[in-house]
Formats: sequence, C-alpha cells, structure tokens
Amino acid sequence: MIAGYDLGGRRAARGRWAVRSGLGILIFWALVAAFAPLIAPYAPSAIDFAAAADPRPSAVHPLGTDLLGRDLLSRLIWGARTTFAVVPLALGAAFVVGIAAGAVAGYFGGWTDAVISRASDVMLAFPALILYVILITARGPSLSNIVIAVTLAYAPGVARLCRAQVLALRGLDYVRAAEARGEPAWSIIIAEILPNARGPLLVDLALRAGYTVILVGTLGFLGLGLPPPTPDWGGMVVEGSGMMAVYWHMALFPCIAISSVVIACNLLADGLREARP
Amino acid sequence: MTALELKGLTVSYRGPAGWIEAVRDLSLSIGPGETYGLVGESGSGKSTVAYAALGALAENAAVTAGRILVCGQDVAALDAAGLDRLRGATVAMVHQEPVAALDPVMRIGPQLAEAATAHPRADRSSDRTETRRACLRMLGRVGLPDPEALLRRYPHQLSGGQAQRVVIAMALLAQPRLLVLDEPTTGLDTTVERRVVDLVSELGRDGGQAMLYISHNLGLIARVADRIGVLYAGDLIEEGTARQVLTAPRHPYTRALIAALPRMDGGTGRLHAIPGQIPSAGNRPPGCIFAPRCQHAVTGLCDRAMPPPDHPAPGHMVRCVRQAEIGPAPPRAVAVPATDTPQRDPLLDIVRLGKIYPAAPRRLLAPAAAPVLPALRCVSFAVGRAEIVALVGESGSGKSTLARILVGLDTASDGTARLGNADLAHTVARRRPRAVIRAVQIVFQNPEATLNPAHSVNRILSRALRRLGLRGRHTVSDRITALLDQVRLSPEVLMRRPADLSGGQRQRVAIARALAGTPDIIIADEPVSALDVSVQAAVVNLLGDLRADQGTAILLISHDLALVRHLADRVVVLLGGQVMEAGPAAQVFDAPLHPYTQSLIAAHHPPDPDHAPPPSLPEPDRPMPVAGCPFEPVCPLRLAVCASVPPPERNHAERTTRCHLPEADPAIRSAAMPPTLPGGGHDPEAGTAPGAASDALSLPMTTERS
Repeated sequence: MIAGYDLGGRRAARGRWAVRSGLGILIFWALVAAFAPLIAPYAPSAIDFAAAADPRPSAVHPLGTDLLGRDLLSRLIWGARTTFAVVPLALGAAFVVGIAAGAVAGYFGGWTDAVISRASDVMLAFPALILYVILITARGPSLSNIVIAVTLAYAPGVARLCRAQVLALRGLDYVRAAEARGEPAWSIIIAEILPNARGPLLVDLALRAGYTVILVGTLGFLGLGLPPPTPDWGGMVVEGSGMMAVYWHMALFPCIAISSVVIACNLLADGLREARP
Repeated sequence: MTALELKGLTVSYRGPAGWIEAVRDLSLSIGPGETYGLVGESGSGKSTVAYAALGALAENAAVTAGRILVCGQDVAALDAAGLDRLRGATVAMVHQEPVAALDPVMRIGPQLAEAATAHPRADRSSDRTETRRACLRMLGRVGLPDPEALLRRYPHQLSGGQAQRVVIAMALLAQPRLLVLDEPTTGLDTTVERRVVDLVSELGRDGGQAMLYISHNLGLIARVADRIGVLYAGDLIEEGTARQVLTAPRHPYTRALIAALPRMDGGTGRLHAIPGQIPSAGNRPPGCIFAPRCQHAVTGLCDRAMPPPDHPAPGHMVRCVRQAEIGPAPPRAVAVPATDTPQRDPLLDIVRLGKIYPAAPRRLLAPAAAPVLPALRCVSFAVGRAEIVALVGESGSGKSTLARILVGLDTASDGTARLGNADLAHTVARRRPRAVIRAVQIVFQNPEATLNPAHSVNRILSRALRRLGLRGRHTVSDRITALLDQVRLSPEVLMRRPADLSGGQRQRVAIARALAGTPDIIIADEPVSALDVSVQAAVVNLLGDLRADQGTAILLISHDLALVRHLADRVVVLLGGQVMEAGPAAQVFDAPLHPYTQSLIAAHHPPDPDHAPPPSLPEPDRPMPVAGCPFEPVCPLRLAVCASVPPPERNHAERTTRCHLPEADPAIRSAAMPPTLPGGGHDPEAGTAPGAASDALSLPMTTERS
C-alpha cells in the first residue's frame, strides 16, 4: 500500500449503502410491530376451522395458516411485536454482562481474569438445553427469565471475545499514555479501549441478534417465557418444521422473517464497521 | 549486459477515483556488479520500483507505461513460468523484516537447500551433499560463525542480524545477477545494522551481483552505493555518483534532505526542516513536484511543467530548471560550537535503580530457563532543570524499562528516582499525586499507536487536560489553543481523528498531550525514529524549542547518535541494563572512553561517501555474562576478568564509566590524551592482538577539547 492513496471512498460508499438497507429492513419490521393491530387481517390466535383442513396459502389466508388454522400472516405481524420487544432486551442484557466481564478480565488479567474466564468456560461447556430446563423448573416462565436464559447462554461468548479485544488493545501506546496520566481503570476501559473494540463486538451483536430470535422461539417451545399462544417467529419455525415435507409454508415464511432481521443486522454491523473504522 | 534497465517506467495504483500514478516516467539502469542506491521518503514509490523489478506488483497496481528489462529480459513479456525462473535465478529480493522472510517451523538447513535447488542450473549438481556444501560456503561468505550448527537451528533461535544474513545468503544461493534490497536494516540495532551494511558493501566490492539498495537512510546509502538516485513522490529528481549526489547535490530537495539531517559534527543549532509534506500521489501540484516546498521555487517558472532532465556534469542528472542558477552547494557545514552546559539544579535524581522481572514459572516439559538477567542494574544519573539527557542503547538495554518506571507504568525492584520530594521508582501513576503526574509525561515512538483512533484531537487533548485538573469549557479550549500553538499545529486539526493526520502531525499532538500539564520533564521514547527525515527535523526543532522556551527537561531515548549529538546536553549509554558510560555529550562523542561507546559511534554512518569507518565488530557468539561486563562477548579489548567480575564504576569530573580497562578511567583521561585507546595498556592474555584491536576502534576524529 502506498501512503497517500485513499481507497476509503469506495468502502465508505459501500458502507453507507449497507447501513441504509439494514436500517430500512429493521425500520420496516419496527413499523409492522408498532401498527400490528391495524395491519393484521386476523387476530393472532383466531382459529379458522375451515382453513385447518387445508392450511395452504389461499385468497383468504395469503400466507396460509398453521395446523390449528391460525392465519400465518397475522401471526407473523404480531410476532414482530414479540421479537422487537424481547430480543433487544435479552440481547442487551447479555452484551452488558459479557462486555463488562470480558473487559474487566482482559484489562486486569491475573486472578480476576482466571476466575472470570474459568467461570465462562464452565458456562459454555454446560449444555444450554439442560440449563433452560433447570431454569424453568426453578423459576417458571416469564419475560425476565427469557432475559436470564439468553444472558446465561450468550454472555460467556461475548465476554471471551471482548477479553481478546481488550488484551490486544491494552498494551497500545494511547492506553499507556492514559495510564501514565493517572486515568482510573474504568475510564480507560470505557473511553480508551472499548470504542476501538467495537468492530468485532458489533459483528457479534448482529450474528447473535439472529440466533436470539430463534433461541427465544425455542424457549417458548420448551415452556420457558412466552406461553404457546403468543405468536413469536422462532416458535412458529419450531412448530412448522415438523410439517416441512407437507406444508412448506409453515416454516418458510417465519424463516424468511427471521432471516431478514438477521441480514439487516449484519448489513448494519458491516456498514458501521466500514464507515467508521 | 545491464542488470536492470527501467525505461520511462510508470506504475499506477487503482484508486476510488481512477488510476493514480505512484512512479512516473522513471528511467534508470544498473550495470553488472554495480550497486545502485535508491533514496526516498515514505510515499516516494521506492518499494513500488523494487516490486516492479521482480514483476511482483500488488494486484491493484499495473505498469501503465515504459519497460522493465532485467538482464535484457522484458518482465512484462514473461508468463508465470518465466517469472518463476526470473525470480530467484536472475533477480532475488531481501525484505525489510528478516524474521518474517523465514519459515518459522523449518530449520535453516532445509530452507537454504530449498533456495539452492529451486533453480537448478546445468553447472550445479543436484547432489544433496553438494547442496549442503554450497549452503555452508554461502553462510561463511555472509560472515556467520559456525555454519554447521546454524543449519540445525530454527529462525526464532537467530538474532535479527543473523536472520538477515541468512536471508541474504538465501538470496545469493541461486546466484542471481541482480539483488534487490528493500530497507534491509530497518528494525535492526545500530551495531547490527552496521554489520549487515558492511556485508552488503563487501558483496558489492566482490562485484558478483548488481544490487539495487533501497533505503530512506542517506548514511547507509553513502556507505554502499556506487550511484544514487533520489526519488521524490514518484519522480526521480536527481541521479549521479554517490559523490556527486552527496557532496555536490544540485536539486533543492536533495540539498534540503541532507541539511535536515542532524549530524555528529554539525553542532547543536536548529535543523533545516523542509516545510510542508510530500504531496499524496493523487494530489500532484502542476509543474515541478517539489515546487510547493522549495525555497528556490519561482512562480511562473516552476509551476508550469515537471522539469526535463538536465545534466550539470557527466553522469549527473537533475530535474530542476533552476539548478544552474542555484549552483552546486556543499552540504551544510555549520559547526556551531557546543557550549559547555552549566551545571543545573538537579530535577530528577536516579540512584542505583534496579529492575528484575520475575522468572516465568517453569512449564511442563520446557527446558530449564536461562538465568534471568536484570533489566536494569544499579542505574544512576541525574537530569537537571531544562536539561536534555539522552539515553542511548540498543534493544534489550533497558532504556524502555527505565522510561516505564519513570512515568509510573511499572515499578523498580530497588533504588530510587527522586523528583522533588516524590519517589517515582516505586509508585505507579495511579497512586501518584496529581502534581507528580503532571510533572512527568511521556511521548511514545510510534505515531500510529500513540493517539486513540476513536477520538478527535480535541477529545484527546481535553481528556488529558481534564484529568490533570483543568475545569470549565472555556479554560480547556483556551488551553488547547495554546498547546496547539506550542507544537505549531493549526486549529483545523482539532476535529480530525488521528487517521486523518500525517505522522509528523500525530507526533506533535502526542507532544501537545504530554505538555498538557506543563511538565517539568518529558520522557521522549524514540520520538522521531518513525518519521521521515524532512518531517523529523521539524519535530526535533520543536523539542529543542520546548527546552529553550518552557524550560522543560527532556529525557531523550534514542538509538540515533546524530540526533543525540544534536540535541542532548548529556549522554547516558546503557547496555544490558547497566550504565556503560555517561557524561557531557560533547566529551562523550569527541572522546568516548568505553569500548562499547566507541563501537556505537563507529557504527554511525554520516551521509558522506568518503567516510571510511573502522571495521565492525563480530556477531556475539555467546550471551551476555550474568556477572561480568555485558559487552564482554564482543569487546575487542576484553581482559580475562571481564567475563566474571562486574566492571567497577569510576567517576571523574562529570564523567562516569564502567569498565575494567585502565584507559577507560575518566580520571586518567581527563588530561589531554589521544582519542584512541592506547594499544599496549592491557593484559596480553586477553586473546586479541592489542595493536589490531585498538586500530579497529580508533576513530577518525579530532580531539581538541576545551
């Protein structure tokens, strides 16, 4: 690379395009969630017994119904509500806990690091499903338990990534300059280190946003958190996947909805990374 | 046949706004056995030329005009197989990072054999023992001791200098007609660099290979090159024999470049900084490319078109329309006599400072660790108010450890470092009172890492100011304006992030940050070594001004002796964590007492083709002794006691040495004496011939001392 060459222009342009499309998709779903009662043709739990016999897409139910004859389009629209309420909350909790633990472990090292890293290793090694079942039997279903379950599942991975980032950055001269002027540790971590670690963390956030949509569905299926009649996309995929060979639409449309959110998050993360290196 | 011929070469890179020329209309030819030095600052396109010669340009680059002929072959006309034959057999390259050029999981022997057999030739048998013999011969030729043992080593077991020798041997094994060396000594220590440069110039004298030696360092080029080309922003602006270019430069840029260098004999005035910056490749001025920075530029004449080549003397090419008017100028020789610095009140007093890093716990199956050498041992010296003290040493000498301790990033194992009433040696920055933090600040080496890339300049400076106790938005912004003014930056930079600043600007921001609390002393850890010469001069002047205007003391850590000579009042020479020699700069440089100081000074290359330095010292064949003198393994004057008994510290009249040799005692040397070590004054059992040894160290210097 020759100094003075600016290859950034094209990258920045691509970054802006990605941010716009990502934001566009997310805003679309957010609007859908906000105006669900106005848009949805049916109530999410309304059962159409006639359609249950032949759940395939028709003029009455453009995306078809599920096995119980509930309109798939309406459930998708109402499901956006669940997704946009639960996922950010759960994911936010997981990242706050994970970043805090990882940054502390990476910056201080030594015993602090050993304790936090081993604890997160144990949690990563523990089968997630068993963890959820234990949680259900101990605490029963609720929104806060979804948040706890997602945090337990994802915080260790986030912590590990964050720790690696902090380790790579904490020896750099600008961090040492901050130490040399006596900045307290929390100020160095928050102002000097974390802003430069955001690239990989943003990408991870986008990926996990997608997984979380599915995980929330799985939890619903297990009976933790949202009880079955509440429409959520993950739960719809889980229900529909059994019927894939016969009624493809039951799993496909919620899958497309989930994918669009995952892709939007990825575009957003990529774009942010390109635009502000 | 010419080894390399470039005819009107233009290389372009694909950028967002189309193709950008990195090298323009470059013509040069290198005869067989000739060494051609190509000098240029970063962004001048010198590496692009190297890669073009190998037909190995980056994917987004292309030769858009001109031809490249290597030994008569047109590189552009070769297919992949032809290029394979060309590289290695006809042209070989030595890169900047020797360790990165070697495969870390392969022993040296097989790697060399691979290079030897990759290009089978009719006159060489493919016999394994023959290959092995060729490898051993070549390792001997590049001056590596015990080649047999070396073949069994892994790259990580070699020092940087040894690795670069191995890489050169590897490049030579296929007997290429042209050897391209791209900054082969960047990143190596001064004395190691010296050895590698000596090797390259020896190879040049043998005349086997033609060489294209690329460097930003005029001193090194002066030592190796027969002819020199000066590249500026992609244009070859001057070319001629080494003597023509270095002693009678015609182009204003070449002249400014030479004048911008601090010199060992140049006194301690201000350096001639070149204003402005190298234009970025997409942003060329119309007319002469150097005109915007040139003090001789004339409007209406220099801003029309790039001047055509002019020939003031046979073989001397200059692209400047005014070169005849300006005339040849001898390089600057303003010898401002170094004034003897008066004794100043002590500001920082370091007494018997020591640092031992705890040995790493022994791992399972790992061999027993070598004894741990202390990083610092009994280091004592003082820095006075408004004084510049230079700490000179190579990697591993402990100079950075000392800097870390002083600014509170680490603590010492024993000893004290007093600044007023505070002891810096045992308190980390976080535990220091604000007044002490404010008093000691640091400027780091690497302009890439010294500023937080996520913050604007304004945020960087205001964070530092707030931390040091300044409150109120207006107070802070007033102070920031004052700081920028002190480091001569315009307020436009405030909203920029470090990525949008040049290296010199970043280093100025870093200095401004260190100045935030008006420190009594700034620790400057290699503050300009990563900067280009023309930018470096301005930062060096800035450091000098800070001392003069603000009375800021500076502890300058540097390996660049010319810079130290230029800037420092006193010098402390460190080796293996110990002070080998200390004293006023003028005295230490004019009459070094310690053999190590002498070898360091001998390793310095001034940009002068007539400078004939004494031969370099051999590669050390054993580690530094734990108990004895760290210089013992390579010292040509070593005595029997040197390996086992720590050398005594001797003080006399501001000078300190730590050496067993009686001649190194400053008390004896304080009387007027010849500058070289007398040959007969030491134990003949030492193993070296005394006469030869002192010849090796005698320095071509005059000795009038006041």
